[in-house]
Amino acid sequence: MSSAALRTGGAPARGAARRAGPGVGRPGALWVLPGLVFFCLFAVLPLGLVAYLSFTSWDGLGTPRFVGGQNWSRLAGDGLMHQAVGLSAGLTAANWAVQTPISLLLGVWAAGRQRNRAVLAAVFFVPLLLSSAAIAIIWKSLLDPNFGPLAQIGPWLGLSDAGVLGGAGSAFLVIVLVTAWQFIPFHMLLYQSGARQIPESLYQAARIDGAGTLRSFRHITLPQLRHTVTMSSVLMVVGSLTYFETVLILTGGGPGTATTIVPYLMYRSGFVGWEMGYSAAIAATLVIAATAVSLVMVRLTGFGAMRSTREGM
Amino acid sequence: MATPKSGAAAALALGLLAATACGGGPGGSGDDSMHVWMYQDSLVVVQEAAVERFNQDSEVDAVIDQVPGDSYQDKVRTVMKSRNRPDVFFNWGGGSIRPYVDADLLMPLDDLMDGDPEFAESFIPSVLDAGKIDGVQYGIPLRGTQPVLVFYNKDVFADAAAEPPETWEDVLELVDTFSDEGITPFALGGADTWTEQMWLQYLVDRIGGPEVFQRIQEGDAEGWRDPAVLKAAETVEDLVDRGAFGKNFASVSFTEGAASALLSEGKAAMHLMGSWEYSTHLDQAPEFAKDSLGYAAFPPMPEGEGDPANVVGNPTNYFSVTSDSAHTDAAAEFLKETSTDAYVKDMVENGEVPTTTDAEDALDDAPTPDFAAFQYEMVRDAPNFQLSWDQALPPETATPMADEIGKLFNGQSTPEQFVDALAELR
Repeated sequence: MSSAALRTGGAPARGAARRAGPGVGRPGALWVLPGLVFFCLFAVLPLGLVAYLSFTSWDGLGTPRFVGGQNWSRLAGDGLMHQAVGLSAGLTAANWAVQTPISLLLGVWAAGRQRNRAVLAAVFFVPLLLSSAAIAIIWKSLLDPNFGPLAQIGPWLGLSDAGVLGGAGSAFLVIVLVTAWQFIPFHMLLYQSGARQIPESLYQAARIDGAGTLRSFRHITLPQLRHTVTMSSVLMVVGSLTYFETVLILTGGGPGTATTIVPYLMYRSGFVGWEMGYSAAIAATLVIAATAVSLVMVRLTGFGAMRSTREGM
Repeated sequence: MATPKSGAAAALALGLLAATACGGGPGGSGDDSMHVWMYQDSLVVVQEAAVERFNQDSEVDAVIDQVPGDSYQDKVRTVMKSRNRPDVFFNWGGGSIRPYVDADLLMPLDDLMDGDPEFAESFIPSVLDAGKIDGVQYGIPLRGTQPVLVFYNKDVFADAAAEPPETWEDVLELVDTFSDEGITPFALGGADTWTEQMWLQYLVDRIGGPEVFQRIQEGDAEGWRDPAVLKAAETVEDLVDRGAFGKNFASVSFTEGAASALLSEGKAAMHLMGSWEYSTHLDQAPEFAKDSLGYAAFPPMPEGEGDPANVVGNPTNYFSVTSDSAHTDAAAEFLKETSTDAYVKDMVENGEVPTTTDAEDALDDAPTPDFAAFQYEMVRDAPNFQLSWDQALPPETATPMADEIGKLFNGQSTPEQFVDALAELR
């Protein structure tokens, strides 16, 4: 390598350094700095502050007052928090169970090169282009019990009063469905690109051995997509745990407190009730839970031990 | 990949705070003008005219910053500690400004009142008193009064040959009459719990008198265990069971106009709402507002101890001045605009009922003089005007209270559970 640089004689030093192989001539720490500063400023520092705030009582106006573990013991005994944890867990499980099979099937289907599939895939993709807030507002007016389309369609579906956002169970279901409508396109895209990475030769070999479509799907597509499944699942689970906008706009945590999931409770105690310390304790719990869950998922599925970046797709 | 994502999400709390604080409000005191924050609605024209008059003679330029209603209180709270805080701002008095008073962020206005007795005496005393915190004046009335009334659709009543309710038995009878006809007896925007709270406010007041809530307001949570609260909650349960609010009230929103539309379209017969309901209809369904919108006071309860002349709602809105504003003198001068004839005239012409003592004569110029006079007399003659509970209590209590009210109306908790849960709040 160095001889090559010598031979070209006038080659700029930086070009030579780049060709000199990994680790040589790179000011490692310096290159990492911008990313590191950004990460510390917007992730580590706020996290540390949240942890600190969780041991204080602060209404957002005065100075935070240290109160020891008071917020944490209150959190442990708060019935609303217990309910919120249950709801968040339920929402996460429901989101995963609804979104994974649908996006997997749609994604694999859309991986085909046929023109009609490409067109339909583009149509399915539309919800992803809308903001969460816009989606929630649209659905809210669609579901208006007196003046929305549901008021007309409702009786045909056996919904006499069409107040789907007013029932505890139905409001929860609506959130699951709206979230699915919004996020399935994204996960479909992951599976589509994942499926396109699977070598065609595997299918050709299977076909020669007499495997049908179902068998190929079961024994080639699914195993080849296992890392995609993990990635998509981690995104879904962590996303569901921290999901918030749809609940805020669509149900406001209601009826009563029937859809008050943990992130919404955090928002409400912080920015409506102005108990920043307590809100920070909820936030810290959420960070710990989301980190733990994603670590466990990565560990269990062997995602962390993958050999090439292509496997992740 | 997961850790930074979740970390960032959790840091939302602080991030939001930082972002809004740095981003600043619509104003920002980087310039030399005096910023006046207003809750954005159609009535701000009155304050804009006042600012125009004020600016003609003043060296300090006043500017109105309109903040969208939904997030008004959040926004004020967030900028209050930053350099972008307003010099003068709109609020609800009571609990809505108590935290700022506790943090020494507001300027006491007693000197202003003492120095100009004529100005101090120009307001109805009970309304002016609601702008005090611990006996010190912090708020000056800036808007019309907003009592809560029973509105009804005259056409629907005529079709059913019914009369507006004067007693509680009338209410229950009307509920049955309208339910039988497939009309929702009372429109209720249950997606916002403050609409449900209005029912409890009146019921508790009519059953047990204003002392019941005053005890709670003074910080005694045991006050929720007063039998009047339980009785009121049981009455709510009874009303819900009778179908007084229809079936889907939990997903009807007042702020998006659905509850009012139910009334004007004849799908509901009555609507318990603040007097601003009238302006809402004037704006959305002018024909209905002029010809078919009726109004009445909340009826007395059988064996109730509360005076049926008592009123709940928002006595009015107030202007407060931030303590370290660079323009405290100009702000004080500006506040005096609120009792001028021109200001009162503007209010009346926009359908408001001013809280100045000499407003009665001006009311003839109101778009609907009868309604204006009805409200004015109601407020003037009320022995007690209870400020809305969620404004009277500090936010850390008002927030869980709102949850409990929603649960009571949705049948997710019984009246006993409701009382227990509220008495637990500290």
